[in-house]
Amino acid sequence: MTLISQLVFLAVLAVSGYFIGRRILQIRKNILLGKEEDRTDQPMERLKTMLLVAFGQKKMFKRPIPAFLHLLIYVGFLLINLEVLEIVLDGILGTHRLFAPVLGSFYPVLINFFEFLAIGVIFSCVVFFIRRHVLKLSRFTKIEMKGWPTLDATLILVIETVLMFAILAMNGADQVLQSRGVAHYPLTGEFFFSGFFVPLFSGLSDNTLIIIERASWWGHIVGILAFAFYITYSKHLHIFLAFPNTYFSNLKPKGEIKNMDNVTNEVKSMLGMPADPPPAEIPRFGAKDINDLSWKNLMDAYACTECGRCTDNCPANMTGKALSPRAIMMKTRDRAEEVGMSISKGGKGLEDGKSLYGDYINKEELLACTTCNACVEACPITIDPLSIILEMRRYMAMEESSTPQSWNAMFQNVETSFAPWKFPPTDRFSWANDLKTEAENK
Amino acid sequence: MSDNIIHIPTMAELAAKGEKPDILFWVGCAGSFDDRYKKVTKAFVKILNKVGIKFAVLGEEETCTGDPARRAGNEFLFQMQAMSNIQVLNGYEITKIVTACPHCFNTLKNEYPALGGKYEVMHHSAILQQLIDEGKVKAEGGAFKGKKITFHDSCYLGRANNVYEAPRKVLEALDAELVEMKRCKTKGLCCGAGGAQMFKEPEQGNKDINIERTEEALDTGAKIIASGCPFCMTMMSDGVKNKEKEGEVEVRDLAELIAEAEDIL
Ligand code: HEM
Ligand code: SF4
Ligand code: SF4
Repeated sequence: MTLISQLVFLAVLAVSGYFIGRRILQIRKNILLGKEEDRTDQPMERLKTMLLVAFGQKKMFKRPIPAFLHLLIYVGFLLINLEVLEIVLDGILGTHRLFAPVLGSFYPVLINFFEFLAIGVIFSCVVFFIRRHVLKLSRFTKIEMKGWPTLDATLILVIETVLMFAILAMNGADQVLQSRGVAHYPLTGEFFFSGFFVPLFSGLSDNTLIIIERASWWGHIVGILAFAFYITYSKHLHIFLAFPNTYFSNLKPKGEIKNMDNVTNEVKSMLGMPADPPPAEIPRFGAKDINDLSWKNLMDAYACTECGRCTDNCPANMTGKALSPRAIMMKTRDRAEEVGMSISKGGKGLEDGKSLYGDYINKEELLACTTCNACVEACPITIDPLSIILEMRRYMAMEESSTPQSWNAMFQNVETSFAPWKFPPTDRFSWANDLKTEAENK
Repeated sequence: MSDNIIHIPTMAELAAKGEKPDILFWVGCAGSFDDRYKKVTKAFVKILNKVGIKFAVLGEEETCTGDPARRAGNEFLFQMQAMSNIQVLNGYEITKIVTACPHCFNTLKNEYPALGGKYEVMHHSAILQQLIDEGKVKAEGGAFKGKKITFHDSCYLGRANNVYEAPRKVLEALDAELVEMKRCKTKGLCCGAGGAQMFKEPEQGNKDINIERTEEALDTGAKIIASGCPFCMTMMSDGVKNKEKEGEVEVRDLAELIAEAEDIL
């Protein structure tokens, strides 16, 4: 019997490992469809950013209530994994509560602590659920959240709650079985929170209890594995990607827009300055599709939690414009998924007649941005929606020449009058004469 | 009479005399052409004169930094502007620049280095703070004593470059009552003009950004909305006009406030 269950367990592990691993490789490939960008300088500074922002949840705490609720889930997840380790080892070795004899009297302390965390996770999930569906917080109900994104968020909260209840039910049944001295259920000491299940279970037969205990055990571990696979299709992927994403953060001042070196080269040769010979194939200026963005832009898209803090702070969005920085990230991810999956299936990939600019993100959204960096500042995992917007504006301006008339007029003024307004350049210094006369006449 | 003589040396004049300034004052397009912002330029020059800082301007040799072109996506135009400005600046061996425009500040400081223009760049609020710290500017006129002033953070000074304290230190020196808006510092709300929005009509929406921000500023009860940016100045002034409050509430630049407190405006 144990041998069979060990084999089944190994098979479940192997199959889920295969599917999860395949998805991870796929996502990696999708992200690497983006252009190269070096984000490996200053490793110590990067490590510090990751420790503070991801591990330390630094930017989350700008909003204390969701930060606290999230911290409960986050710490719960990280630490309950230790119990999952025991479950996996038990599954492979055919043991039951492998750590109990090793840890002795510390074991119930540890399990009590995990149960406490599980209660915290359940509490936070319930409150998060209420914030979404009862209080209907505005950032959760914006237009881009209709349909799948909201279902996704709800599923995550429900699944996490169910998984936590499985732990508690398992421990509760275990305790009743222990107290009855049933074989394979050695005494471990009392568990406080799952103790609440004891009265519920005490009228049941040994066999029913063993079924409940085993079902919860299997439910918990299979649930976790299935959930891990599901996550790769969900905004919940942030639980892994938040870490590398903060490590590879932009460390430069937010106001700096990345220089286009290929343009520098052309401008230099136009000005008769020494320049590299032009490349054989002239690359596209700006971004039309995901492969014109950098890999970091695409990692940002996969790491986004769809929390809407960016959109909440966006001046364009709050005044009713079509732009939502969260939607920019979601659409970028959708397109990266579409192209990546198509390539893997031998389909048309980038050549499918669609593009990120135009089919997913439109001009009106891009033109509404004030480059104010409020979205970048607000994001708890240092995502940069602005750089995607700017790359697409570059495509509009330099490849399509489709910028608005008034911008074209501004460009012309800069070219001919050396100022964005049409004033005679010879008037540039008139203020000085005015000032001198004013002062003398005083 | 001689007290009233204001010196505004250009780089060309100094170079002809074989002299160098300690700092270049980059005036910017708004500071040179916009009637409202020319007053800020003048106020700042008066302060520089009064404290005797050895400065110079480029005069007609200055041209647009290219900021609006780059933000509207026209990288070619930006780089053309940047390269020719850098040629002029490097030709005069400029090492230190001050400007009263956060957009020029950001571009000169963060974006010119990639094209060969490396300078120490300051926003005028930093110089003003320095002068106050050194006791060179006392602002003891009392013109603003106890007056409610709110400071509107410019995105390109604040979030873009993390300058939040200098402008506030300057306002504190006025002995005024500094009141913050609900959204300030890192959370400050944009005036609506950045990213080349200044040069086009806003996209379709249900409100103008500058109105949203002006309402917030007015909510503080401040009689003066202080700013350190020409675009914010325009947007906030328009907002105040739109709310028909121009009789009660003024939008003023930091340099103007200091100059007035020093009684040199
Ligand atoms: C590693 C374990 C983690 C777990 C189990 C976890 C779990 C969750 C859950 C369940 C939600 C959904 C809340 C909702 O639907 O409203 C959530 C949202 C979120 N998580 Fe995490 N998370 C983890 C790590 C992180 C990290 C490292 C960050 C980075 C700072 C982060 C940032 C966020 C943000 C910004 C949201 C949106 C919250 C909101 O709407 O206020 N998470 N996380
Ligand atoms: S930078 Fe653009 S997208 Fe981001 S908050 Fe500001 S206006 Fe919105
Ligand atoms: S970009 Fe950042 S702030 Fe915006 S929804 Fe995604 S995680 Fe939240």
